[in-house]
Amino acid sequence: MTTSDYSEQRLSELLSALPPAPEAWVRAAQELPLARRSLDDIVERARADVEYRRQVLADLEAAVAQTGVEPDRRLVNALRRRFSEL
Amino acid sequence: MRIVAVPPSDAELVARCRAGDDDAWRELVERFSRYIYGIAVQGFRLSEEEAEDVFQDVFARAYEHLGELRSDDAVRPWLAQLTRRRCIDTMRAGKREHATDEIIEDPADVEDRLARLDDALTVQQALAELSGPCREILDRFFARDESYRTIGEALDLPAGTIASRISRCLAKLRETLEGRNPVAVRSGRR
Repeated sequence: MTTSDYSEQRLSELLSALPPAPEAWVRAAQELPLARRSLDDIVERARADVEYRRQVLADLEAAVAQTGVEPDRRLVNALRRRFSEL
Repeated sequence: MRIVAVPPSDAELVARCRAGDDDAWRELVERFSRYIYGIAVQGFRLSEEEAEDVFQDVFARAYEHLGELRSDDAVRPWLAQLTRRRCIDTMRAGKREHATDEIIEDPADVEDRLARLDDALTVQQALAELSGPCREILDRFFARDESYRTIGEALDLPAGTIASRISRCLAKLRETLEGRNPVAVRSGRR
């Protein structure tokens, strides 16, 4: 370790090396706990309510959206997997 | 004397995440999002579409398996390892499509790029310990590539003072790094 490791030039390069990830990606990852809980709620309700289960299977995206979570592809696929395990 | 709030350590953040604290999870994602994005896009040169899949999958796995982490301090190398594995899987799938045997054409180059990103994350973490204005001005200029004019308008500062502020803030950043574990910023890797 030498002092030159902290030169202005090196610090500038390292600061430039990590630009922000796209905001939408970060937001989606940050909302993961909420999204997971929403899926749990849907699955739980579908176990107990056959009609609701039928509705969810007919339109997975709408079911996710109804919980207030953005129904992106990954979330809808995750819900599809959860239903296939029911 | 100005008091700057010290951000929670990685271990503190992980402990709070394990306890179900959603705010801590948001902060954890914020703290490592650039690093994971950097590994995928700069380290392994994945396309944006591939990188997005890796990015979301890494955080999903991290969320599911945080409880299996042996030491809360180890979250950084753990996330790096998860991301590397996921990137290699993505490349392997792509190469299969193109009937090519070699997954990574020059592993040493990839290692150099990953080492640089690791150093960059150390600097990012030191940046988080600076005062808000310094943090903001350095991030906007270097990481977000904003002009003096844009920064001046956003922070309500005369554009003519931005260069000197950047220089002063870099000096503070350097002091912060020098006060840390000297192993944190490595030399001799490149």
